[in-house]
Amino acid sequence: MSFDFLWQGFGVALMPQNLLIALIGCFLGTVIGCLPAIGPINGIALLLPIAYTAGLPPESTLILLASIYYGAEYGGRISSILLNVPGDAGAVMTAIDGYPMARNGEAVKALAISGISSFYGGMIAVVAMTFLAVPLSLLAIKFGPAEYFVLMVFAFATLGSMVGAEPVKTLIGCVLGLMLTTIGIDATSGAYRFTFDQPELHDGIEFIILVIGLFSISEVLLMLEHKMKGTLKPLAVTGSYPSWSEIRYIWWPSFRATVIGFIIGVLPGTGASVASAVSYTTEKRISDRESTFGKGDIRGLAAPEAANNAAATGAFVPMLALGVPGSGTTAVMLGALMLYNIQPGPQLFVEQSKLVGGLIASMYVGNIILLVMNLPLVQLFARMLLMPNWILIPAITALSILGVYTAYSSVMSVMIMFGIGIVGYILRKLGFDMAPIILGFVLGKVMEVNLRNALAISGGEYSILFASPLSITLWVMAAMVVILPWWRRRKRAAPPGLPG
Amino acid sequence: MRTIHYIAALAFAGFASSAMAQPAKTECIAGAKPGGGFDLTCRLAGNALHAAKLIKDPMSVTYMEGGVGAIAYNHIVGTRPGDAGVVVAASSGSALLIAQGKFGKHDENAVRWLGALGTDYGVLAVAADSPIKDLKDLIAAFGKDPGAFPVGGGGAVGSQDWMKMAMIAKEAKVDPKKMRYAALEGGGAVTNALQGGHVKIASGDASEMIALHQDKKLRILAVMSEKRLPGRFQDIPTTFEQGYSIDWPIWRGLYVGPKVSDADYNWWVDTLRKLSKTPEFQKEREARGLFAFDLLGSDYDKRVKADVVRFKALAKEAGL
Repeated sequence: MSFDFLWQGFGVALMPQNLLIALIGCFLGTVIGCLPAIGPINGIALLLPIAYTAGLPPESTLILLASIYYGAEYGGRISSILLNVPGDAGAVMTAIDGYPMARNGEAVKALAISGISSFYGGMIAVVAMTFLAVPLSLLAIKFGPAEYFVLMVFAFATLGSMVGAEPVKTLIGCVLGLMLTTIGIDATSGAYRFTFDQPELHDGIEFIILVIGLFSISEVLLMLEHKMKGTLKPLAVTGSYPSWSEIRYIWWPSFRATVIGFIIGVLPGTGASVASAVSYTTEKRISDRESTFGKGDIRGLAAPEAANNAAATGAFVPMLALGVPGSGTTAVMLGALMLYNIQPGPQLFVEQSKLVGGLIASMYVGNIILLVMNLPLVQLFARMLLMPNWILIPAITALSILGVYTAYSSVMSVMIMFGIGIVGYILRKLGFDMAPIILGFVLGKVMEVNLRNALAISGGEYSILFASPLSITLWVMAAMVVILPWWRRRKRAAPPGLPG
Repeated sequence: MRTIHYIAALAFAGFASSAMAQPAKTECIAGAKPGGGFDLTCRLAGNALHAAKLIKDPMSVTYMEGGVGAIAYNHIVGTRPGDAGVVVAASSGSALLIAQGKFGKHDENAVRWLGALGTDYGVLAVAADSPIKDLKDLIAAFGKDPGAFPVGGGGAVGSQDWMKMAMIAKEAKVDPKKMRYAALEGGGAVTNALQGGHVKIASGDASEMIALHQDKKLRILAVMSEKRLPGRFQDIPTTFEQGYSIDWPIWRGLYVGPKVSDADYNWWVDTLRKLSKTPEFQKEREARGLFAFDLLGSDYDKRVKADVVRFKALAKEAGL
C-alpha cells in the first residue's frame, strides 16, 4: 500500500490557485448551506459551468465542488440553530438541541460546539477515507465490462433504499434519467439515436444543462411559488464560547457519531440526512439519562453535526474508488469528471492519482479552513439569513443562464435548460426526487455500454455476467440492498415484544 | 528619400507577399472537449506558431464540442466560411466520419484542407504473458478461433480502432462482423481491459501503448506503418516488415472554411511549411507523441480525399 498519491495530492492542494479555490468553495459552501432555500446540489449545479468555462483544470474544479459540498454541511447548522429551519437536509437534527440553546441565549456556544464537532467528524472521516480508498482501488483491474455492469446494477439497487423516497417515484425518476441518456451517438455501434438530424443533439443532452435545469431553474420556480410567508427573524448571536471541559464532554459522542456517519456515507444510496438522524437517535439512546436531549444538550447538538460531515466525506469513497455516486450531489460531481473526459470508476485511482490525491488532500486543508471560518466569522454568515428572496431568485436565474450560455454559446442550450427546468418543477410538485433522474442519467450510459461490451466479448452469452467471483459478490450485494429494507419493515410491522 | 521608401516598400512587398495576408487575429477550433486530440492539435499549432514568431499574438483555442468534430465542420461551412483567421483541427478520424456520412450533409469537398502537423500510428497489442509473439501468430490463432480473441478498442464499431483490427481479420479470412469487439471509453480503458484479461487483443495508438510496452505490461505486436519508427519504437517491427501491407497512420491536421481566398489559404500553407522546419515545432510535436507527417496544401488535400475513398471502400467491404 502506497500513500504516494497523498503526498502528490498535497502538492496539488497547496498550490496557491487551489488553496484560493478551496477557500472560495468553503465560503460559498457555508453560505449555501446556511440559506434554507438552496442546498449543496444547487450550489454545485450553479458553479459547475462557471468552473468549466473558466478553464479550470479538473482537479481544481473537483476541489471547488467538493469544498462547497462539505462546506454546506458546516453552514447548514447556522439556520438550524438560529431559525429552527434546517439550512440543508443534513442539518435537520441539529435544530432539535441547537435551537433551544440559542433561545436560552447560548447561540455562540451552540454555533461553536457544532462547528467543532463538524470539524471533528470531517477530519476523522478524511483520515478514514485515505486508508480505505487505497485497498479498494486495488480491485480496479479486476473490473471488466461484465463486472462493471453488475456494479451499476448494484448502484441502481441502492436507489430503492434511499430513505424518504417513494420507491415507485424513485423508479420512474431513474427510468427518466435512463431515457435521457440514450439520446446521441451510441457508443457501441456509432449509430445516432433520437437526434432528429440536429448536430446539437449528437452528443446527447449536456450534463450541465440537465443539472442546471433540474436543480436551479426548478428551484427558482418553487421559490417564486412559495415566496416568503412573513420574514423569519433569526435569533441574536449572543453568549459565551464553550469551555474546554465542554469540548472534552462532546469528544465521545462526536466519535460515535463520526463512525456511524462515515459508514452510512460510504454506503451508496444514503447520505448526510440519514447519518445525522441515525446518530442522533443512537446518541439519545446511549447518553440521555436525564431527559435533557431536545432541551439544549450539547451532546445532542454535536452528534448529528459530526455525523453529517463524516457522511458527506464518506460519500466520496464509493464515488472515487468505484465510480458509484452515493447521492445526488456526488452524482453531479461524477458528471463533472465526465465533462473532462475522465471516466469515473475503479480505474480512477490508477489513472488519475493526481486528481484523487489532490481532492483528498484538499479535504484536510478545507476542514481546517472551515473551522477557522466558522468560529470567528459566524456572525457574518448569520447575517446571510436576512438575504431576501428578491435578491436570491434573480441572482440564481441570471447565474444559470450565464453558466449554460458561456459553456455552450448557444441559445438552444438555454432553451433546453428552461424546458428541463419546467419539467423538473412539475415533477417536484408531484413529489418526485431529482436525484434518481441524475443517477439514471449518469450511470445509464455506463451500464448500457458495459452490458453490450460484455455480451460482445462473450458472443452473446449471458453467463459472462455471472462468471467471476467479483460479479457474483456484487449480485449478492445488490440483492441484499433490495431485500434488507423490505425485511426490516416486515419485522417492524411484527407485533411488539420482538426485538428490533 | 521618397524613392528609397518606395523601393523598400516594393522589396518588402515582394519579399513578404504572403505576410500581407496574415489575419489580424487567429483562432483554432477544437471540435471536442479540452484535453482531447483536437485540443492537442490546436495547441501544437498555436504554441509552435507563436514560439516561432510566425504569428504576432497567441492563437486562441475555441472548443466546439459535438459529434466528434461534426458541429465544428458544420459551423465553419455554414456560419464562418470566409473567416481567414480560423483554422479547425481535424484527424484521420474526421475523414473516416466523412466517409461514413456522419458529418451531416457536407462531404470532404466542403472545406479547404491546409496541412497535416504530425501523425501517430495504429498498433495491435496482446497481454505480456500471451503465447502470441508476432503478427503471424496472431493471424493464425485468430483465424482458427476468432471467438477466443475478444478485441478491445477505443471507439465504436466502424471507428479507427475497429477498422485496424478489421483489416487484420480480413488477413485471417475472418468476417470482420464476426469479431467480438468491445467499444471501450478511450485508450486507457483498452489497456486496462487487456491487462485485466477481459479482452485478448488491444487495438490502439502507438503513443498510448508504448510506455506500457516498455514496462512489459503488454506486448505491441506490430506498428501499422510502412517504415520503422524511431526512438522508443526502434525495436518494434512494422506490419510491412512482417509481410502485411497494412498501414494506419492517424494524422492530425487543419482545415479552413470553403470561402477563404487563395491568398489567405496560401499564407497559411506557407506559414505551416515554414513552421514545420523550425526546431520549436519539432520539439512541440515530439512532446505530444507525434511523428513527422509533412503533407501541406494540395498534397494534404489529395491525401484527405484519397483517405475518404479508401475508408468508404473499407466500410463497404466490412459490411457496415
